[in-house]
Amino acid sequence: MELHDLTITQTKKALLDREISAVELTKLYIERIKSLDEKFNSFVTTTFDKALELAREADNKITQGMNLPLLGMPLAIKDNFCTQEIRTTASSFVLEDFIPTYNSTVAQKLFDAGIVLLGKTNMDAWAHGSSTETSDFGSTKNPWDLTRLPGGSSGGSAAAVASDEVLAAIGSETAGSVRGPASWCGIVGLKPTYGRVSRFGVVAMGSSLDSPGPMTKTVEDAALLLEVLAGKDPKDATTSDHPVKKYSQGLKDKKMMTIGISDEYFENAEKEIGEKVNEAIKLLEKLGHKIKKIKLFNPKYAIDVYTILMRSEVSSNLARYDGIRYGFGRDRFGEEAKRRIMLGTYTLSSGYYDAYYKKAQKVRTLIIEDFKNAFKEVDVIIGPTLPSVAPKIGSTANNPMFGEMADILVEPSSIAGLCGINMPVGFDSQSLPVGMQIIGNQFAEETILNLAYQYEKETQFWREKPKIK
Amino acid sequence: MKNKYIPVIGLEVHVELKTKSKMFCGCDASYFGEEPNSHTCPVCLGLPGALPVPNKKAIEWCLKIGMALNCKIPLVSKFDRKNYFYPDLAKGYQISQYDQPFAENGWIELTLKDEKKKKVRIRRVHMEEDTGKLLHETINGEKVSLIDFNRSGVPLVEIVTEPDFESAEEVKAYLKKLQQIIRYLEVSDADMEKGQMRLEPNISLREFRIQNSEFRIDENLPSYKVEVKNINSFNFVEDAIEFEIKRQSKILDEGKLPTQETRGWNEDRKESVSQRSKEDAMDYRYFPEPDIPPIKWKQEQVDNLKSQMPELPDVKIERYVKDYGVTYYNAEIIAREKKLAEFFEKTIEVCEELKNKKENSLDYKTITNWIINKKIDPEKILPAEFVTEILKATKVEGIDEAELESILKKIIDGNEKVVNDYKSGKENAIMFLVGQAMRELKGKVKADEVKEKLQDLLK
Repeated sequence: MELHDLTITQTKKALLDREISAVELTKLYIERIKSLDEKFNSFVTTTFDKALELAREADNKITQGMNLPLLGMPLAIKDNFCTQEIRTTASSFVLEDFIPTYNSTVAQKLFDAGIVLLGKTNMDAWAHGSSTETSDFGSTKNPWDLTRLPGGSSGGSAAAVASDEVLAAIGSETAGSVRGPASWCGIVGLKPTYGRVSRFGVVAMGSSLDSPGPMTKTVEDAALLLEVLAGKDPKDATTSDHPVKKYSQGLKDKKMMTIGISDEYFENAEKEIGEKVNEAIKLLEKLGHKIKKIKLFNPKYAIDVYTILMRSEVSSNLARYDGIRYGFGRDRFGEEAKRRIMLGTYTLSSGYYDAYYKKAQKVRTLIIEDFKNAFKEVDVIIGPTLPSVAPKIGSTANNPMFGEMADILVEPSSIAGLCGINMPVGFDSQSLPVGMQIIGNQFAEETILNLAYQYEKETQFWREKPKIK
Repeated sequence: MKNKYIPVIGLEVHVELKTKSKMFCGCDASYFGEEPNSHTCPVCLGLPGALPVPNKKAIEWCLKIGMALNCKIPLVSKFDRKNYFYPDLAKGYQISQYDQPFAENGWIELTLKDEKKKKVRIRRVHMEEDTGKLLHETINGEKVSLIDFNRSGVPLVEIVTEPDFESAEEVKAYLKKLQQIIRYLEVSDADMEKGQMRLEPNISLREFRIQNSEFRIDENLPSYKVEVKNINSFNFVEDAIEFEIKRQSKILDEGKLPTQETRGWNEDRKESVSQRSKEDAMDYRYFPEPDIPPIKWKQEQVDNLKSQMPELPDVKIERYVKDYGVTYYNAEIIAREKKLAEFFEKTIEVCEELKNKKENSLDYKTITNWIINKKIDPEKILPAEFVTEILKATKVEGIDEAELESILKKIIDGNEKVVNDYKSGKENAIMFLVGQAMRELKGKVKADEVKEKLQDLLK
């Protein structure tokens, strides 16, 4: 077994037992990125000097007997999280030279927890997309098949984790941007409840939806990261003071659950995907969990709601990028951003607001109610994460609604602000990863992590690695 | 025929709150005379990822303003984004309130000439943030526009009336009263010159006819209105309204309808100039601010805030008249400024204590007269000192007016040259006469009273 195959828990043990130093570990990862990333294009910016500096600090701390939750852990952060003195572009040329003066709360918490930052990962520009193809820095490639998309918008983070360029990475999800690429890249991706993790310092996309979350090899790693990231932030008024649990410790006792299954979610997915997810459900049933058929709204309604609400917010959120105080001018916005600004401006305009934005808000309330009722009967809901496996690069070119269609199965829970996790459930006939999502009620991260962990123990799909050519 | 029209005027007033920090970040909210862009942070500069966190104190103060204006306080309120582009608007939108303001449906009672009362309805009181400031300068021969973001995000309260004013006089009375209430609440200094209070009247004219010797006023509001901006003093607002009434009357006399538009007041030329017509009216694309959850109050919280409200001038005036027998005229003068009113009330307390101890004390009328006539500065004297002073002064009034006058006249007669000097403009010469008189009076009368009396006699 190689070092880069290890999880956070295992890597940390190796560091604390002085089997390896943080600097040595960091150098290993740097070498790996240097030799591999030409293939994947996972990174917009690498921060190797900073990483070595942080690794030296970590070694000093270890020598002094200090311990921090993520001490010396080589991680990457999606490029829409502001990082002080480290370029933050959101993969848009508008911010090509933007160097923040401050850290996002997520970055700050990770630095405080002792991470070694290897770099900022590629994404769809402004997180607008589900492929990374809208990145102004070029698309990221899927490590399982370099001719395929990694998914998005957190595609760089997903590819970096899947190819072991980093130990773990941070992504952000508006609707599908963590779970989606995790599914296509065969890793764990946790989208926390809206308001569980601070959005402060995250380049805003859909402010009422954006949720930062961990993208990891294992469930335990996701739990460890969530412990660090979660919590009320005085700088983000939408964060909740709901108590933060010891998620990693909550994994061990096997909780028995009632799992809800809604046919609508399978009807919207390709057959082979549905079969893989059903195998997983059968396994969970065998473990003693109760499976219950429920009826949720057809997820297709969520597409309209999501498209209107998110684009409305986008049109307002991107207004600050006027090139007056920082960054470049608006001529640098790509096609996708311009389309979203135009549509969002339209749906908020007087005379159209009631027909679009207001109606979408009403349907949003119905979707929230729908899930609320479902969670009276079940502990979690399981379905396919995405309707298909990773498509070929170039698929999005003439399909402006590509993302919305691809994310159909993750949009309803995002709109309702619920938590969800993508779990690899094996591979299709082309050897491409398939993912299922476990959706939990608001602030039920402990529950979905617990079930995900039980499943992972049985299957260990995370040990399967792409054969990188 | 003259006076064929009745003005219909509504007012929007912006008041800048004097909270320590800005509306949505921790930056120091004071900006007057500060180094440009020294009070800024990612939030008020609109940097990527920065989020607004509302200032609780500012919201409470906004509610207090609403309460002072007899508004209803809805238990649920929210912020909205008002989207528009301007270089001084860091985020490309202003956080404001659209359809659920913190306070609505209130009223204020104005006292006009001859103590005539008029109630003006308050439509709403809402909270928003100020913008940065543009400075147009020439640097090294190049014309440049600079932006100072110190003011960006400073809390603003907007107070909107119904179109209930019919004259510039009423508008002025309202503004004065509003300023007084704001100052009583100690939430802003409401200094117009410093931009802490800004106003935008909207003005239109409604026709009326005399039919069967009865006034017939058109029931409906006019189909247009003209908003006037850039007014930064009470006097300008009068000028601007008078100008608009004349301008619009002329258009209406010609059988035309004035254009619905926004005009700017040009103080130098004393006229308003068209800025933006209805066709160019902005679509602000308001929508609920997703970064700030709706604000929900418990009734107890609202009641608690209400209980913290200071006594307002109207109540004070009524109480002074009723409890202390002060005339309305005098009570109004004393209640004009909170500090003086408090000084008056403390002075009364001191006197009550003296009475209780059966010591020499003063009646309310004397206190009132002294405060008003001596133009007392409550910053410079304590109530107890003030009472002692009056007691001393009133006690030595043992010498009657006639006697005082005869002594002074004798001195005037005996100092012809000094008197002539004084009358020819050497004002200081009078001090010689005062000196002479003081010697005669042996301190029974105070020097400044002697001086006043001498001045009277020498007129």
